[in-house]
Order: sequence, then structure tokens, then C-alpha cells
Amino acid sequence: MSKIHVTTTVNGDAAEFLCDPRETLLDCLRDRLHLTGAKEGCGTGDCGACSVTVDGRLVCSCLMLGVEAEGREITTIEGMAEGEQLHPLQRKFIEHAALQCGVCTPGILVASKALLERNPDPSEEELRYWLAGNLCRCTGYDKIIRAVMDAAAEMREAS
Amino acid sequence: MRYHRPASFEDAVAIAEAATGVTRFLAGGTDVLVQLRADLVEPDDLIDIKHIPGVKAITRRDDGGWDLGVAVAGAEMSEHAALCADWPGLVEGMDLVGSTQVQGRATLVGNLCNASPAADSVPGMIAAGVEVTVCGPQGERRIAVEEIPTGPGRTSLTRGEVIAALHVPPRGENGGDAYLRFIPRTEMDIAVVGCAVNLRLDGDRISEARVVLGAVAPTARLVPDAGAALVGSRLEDAALDALAAAASAACSPIDDKRGTIAFRTEVAGVLARRAAKIAYGRAKGAET
Repeated sequence: MSKIHVTTTVNGDAAEFLCDPRETLLDCLRDRLHLTGAKEGCGTGDCGACSVTVDGRLVCSCLMLGVEAEGREITTIEGMAEGEQLHPLQRKFIEHAALQCGVCTPGILVASKALLERNPDPSEEELRYWLAGNLCRCTGYDKIIRAVMDAAAEMREAS
Repeated sequence: MRYHRPASFEDAVAIAEAATGVTRFLAGGTDVLVQLRADLVEPDDLIDIKHIPGVKAITRRDDGGWDLGVAVAGAEMSEHAALCADWPGLVEGMDLVGSTQVQGRATLVGNLCNASPAADSVPGMIAAGVEVTVCGPQGERRIAVEEIPTGPGRTSLTRGEVIAALHVPPRGENGGDAYLRFIPRTEMDIAVVGCAVNLRLDGDRISEARVVLGAVAPTARLVPDAGAALVGSRLEDAALDALAAAASAACSPIDDKRGTIAFRTEVAGVLARRAAKIAYGRAKGAET
């Protein structure tokens, strides 16, 4: 089957790849562009481990085809830290020990960042509903929620 | 699988009509990709309709109603303040579909054409009186939403046909709508029962009402007897009892892991009462 050439932007940088039209954006990020931060947990849009943003909109990259990325702006977990400087959310996840195995963590960080860009001061309830599509099977959610709320508070003070 | 990116619905129809194998239209893809990945349906031709002009537009018509493009995602509806103010029930039905991530992609027309009896957005659309424009080899036709699903996973659309737009009627004065579903948790689940109510008031009394149930029959079901039970009332207990009885009487659900026939039948009446009260409050100008 002939492959399709896709030109896109990933974390601010131009990127291109060849893919089979059946490949998901997640497959393309991981196998074509070797950005393995986004994970495949379920492959059916239930777990959120593959969360990325497309033109600023939070989506599951397992529920989007690679060919649909043509001309779009994708951001992934790899674009979150600035060099060695961790994003406040990443720092707070470490401080609060909000991860164990780490498979869900990239998706939860990307999803949390998308929320805080829309709403810098979410209530805990808003945050829990926003993250309802991000499953964690190790930590339980309390540490994750505390880490995001703490990061949000710090980011409000800094801005 | 051949991937197509037509620039018009005419082209989309031509591709679908010429196709000899399995064809799927791709908008949000939140069902199509799951079926593809699970090896349930691998289309020979996948027709991505997101590059057709207007499919992402939410437009208020001159008559006060709304035209919605077929690729408008749930999140885009929820963020549209004027649409939410007019049709909170329609929007809240769509908003219950999936997670934040799914809301970034999933569409009303996808939820409709996936034809799950439990589709959360469909009762609200039927209650509101939403119509769709269907493009096909014979040209365009405009039909009511309730004529699309014919059973679980099946629609009335024929080969080469695709829905090209949604048309929501004008809200008009003193109207309100609401959608409620029962699930065993608060988020990320499939409706055991769903109920939408859309009504209009003349003073304190209900002058028009449409009541629609989901997940209690092979398709979402408009229940004229339940609407009639509300007309002329101010939601007195007797009217609510008649509404609940009519809703329960209209159920022909299945027993499955998410609910028994008896439970679904009972809950349909309970949700109808609660949704009617919310719709009534909204028609009176309550905050949504």
C-alpha cells in the first residue's frame, strides 16, 4: 500500500513523515518521529495516555489518523520542558510523588496544561472532571490532583 | 484503505457512490477509529469530510435558528455561549459523550450515525426538532433526525449518502430543554437510560412539549403521550405522574450488564420527571 507524505508542526518545529493511512497520529509520533512520550494504553480513547493537543485542542492521538495531522500544530509532552527547565506541572508531579509507573503521566501532564491554559484557577471538581478521561492504575488520583492544584497556584503567583 | 479528502459534499458523494467496498465517512473519528483499530470495520475507502468549507461553522440563521457544520466538535458547542443559552439541553447531551479528549473531536452527526441506542446527543436533537440535510447521488433532501437511526448500528442512509449539515429550529420565546441520563457513576460511561424534554410555556402553563427517551429501545424514541401529558399543565403532581407513566409505558429495553428491563423502565419515568422540571425552569428563565 502506498504511503502518504504528511507535513505538520510538532512542538513548534516543522516535521514530516511518510505513513500508511491506517496509522494513528500516536503511531506516527512514536514510530515515525520517535517521540515516545505519548503512550498507547487502550487504543480506544478511554485512558488518555496518548493525549496531545492539535491546534490547541486536547485530543487522544490514538483516535486521530496520522494523515489528519497535515498542516496542523501538534504539541506533545516532549514540548513541555524548556531545555533542562521543567514545567511547573512536571516539577510539582515529582514533589508530590504524583506518579509511580509513569505510563499515564505524559497524558495527564498534557491534559492538565491544556486546562490551566483555559482556566488558570480551576476548582478541584473542575479539574477532576477535566481529567476524567485520564486513567491512572497505580497512584490513585489524589496526589495527581494535589500536584496540579499546587502547580496552578504557583503559576498564578508567577504570572 | 484509501484515504480521501474531498473539497465538497458533491465530491464526497461521488467517491462514496463509486466505491465498491466498505466506505466510511470521517469527521471526529472517535467511533470509526475504534472500529478500525479493533479490526471490526476496515474501510476500503475512508472519506475525510473535514476539508469541506463550512463543516466547522456554528451559524445563527436569520430566523433565529442554528446551522451546525458536521465536523463541529462537542467542545466547540459547549464553548459557544449563545448556542448554550438557546439550547442547553441539546448541548449538555453532546457534552456527556466521552472525555475532554473525546469532546475535542466527537461530533453530533457521528454520534447520530454510529446509531447506538444509548447515544447521549440524540434524544436532545429529536426533542429540539433538529433536521439534517442529506447529500446523495439523487441530490439533497432534508429530514428529521429521528428518521436517521433505524436500529443498533444501522441508519436509513443509503449508498453514497452523507449528512451535510444540521439545522436547529429557532428557540423562540418561553422555551426550555434539558437532557439527563442515568449512569452508575458521574462521568465516562454509557447511558443506562437517557431522557430529553423540550417544552414551551404560555404564561405558567406548558403549551408544547416533546419528550424523547434513549437506551430503552433499539433507537431513541419520541414519546408523544409523554409530551401530551405535560401540555396544559404547570407540572402539577398529576401531570408529572402521567408523564412518568407514559415514559415508562414507551420503553422496550433489553436486559444487559448495565441495567435490567424493570430498572430501565422505572428510571425512564424518574428521569422524565426530573428533565421536565429542569426544562420548565429554563423556560422560566432559570440559569442553565
